[in-house]
Amino acid sequence: MRPDLGQYALEVLLAYAGSLALLLGLIWVSWRQSRFSRRRLNEAEGRRDG
Amino acid sequence: MEITDRVVAPLFVLAAAALGMGVGWGFFFTPDDFRQGSTVKIIYLHVPSAMMAINAWAMMLVASVIWLIRRHHVSALAAKAAAPIGLTMTLMALFTGAVWGQPMWGTWWEWDPRLTSFLILFLFYLGYIALWAAIDDPDTAADLTSVLCLVGSVFAVLSRYAVLFWNQGLHQGATLSLDKEENISDVFWVPLVIAITGFVILFVALVLVRTRSEIRMRRVHAIEARERMA
Repeated sequence: MRPDLGQYALEVLLAYAGSLALLLGLIWVSWRQSRFSRRRLNEAEGRRDG
Repeated sequence: MEITDRVVAPLFVLAAAALGMGVGWGFFFTPDDFRQGSTVKIIYLHVPSAMMAINAWAMMLVASVIWLIRRHHVSALAAKAAAPIGLTMTLMALFTGAVWGQPMWGTWWEWDPRLTSFLILFLFYLGYIALWAAIDDPDTAADLTSVLCLVGSVFAVLSRYAVLFWNQGLHQGATLSLDKEENISDVFWVPLVIAITGFVILFVALVLVRTRSEIRMRRVHAIEARERMA
């Protein structure tokens, strides 16, 4: 399935691996931040309403 | 917030589909370039990330101007939320550019106008994020970062148009053009446009998620401030 990347295989694979790591890292951090903020808001509203 | 809750998941699915299709098509099913060989496959990451790096700053500029004129808090938070995404896109463009440049130009880095203006844009992103983090009062932080965003827009514009008015650099001209003669071949163009669409949708989804988080934290701080006063 892997295409023949010839003499530049290392550069092409490095570019794809690095980009994938950056994108997945960004999505993970955003998702974690979203979960953290929801939990903090639920706790704060619980204190206020309770 | 309710609209965000409803649209975020479909947007992530759409982004994953477009990215998978565009980048996957480009990587597996497009031919090598007659001069650049297989390194041309880096174009499906480099061009969309570079476009989003500049467009993210443009979005932040619009949001900052809205804040400065209308004092709309969500616009300031949207600009703040977009900055780490723009920073990541700029880093990705610089990284893929360096990896592509090494075999083609014989160097990882060159003080070429476009590369240099992009590096300065990267530093502006860092400065923008640091400024938000350094100031406790959110309105003051929004004011100062908005002004910084206006100043940094000069470099966002330079990054976008450097190849058109500085010809002495190593970087090639614009990849996409309305002129059929100058535009890249359709065999590369179609997957590239699909990949760009995926990056745009991913950007929108991430901005919505991060803005929602910022709004939630603003509410938490407001509740905590009332608790301290009570």
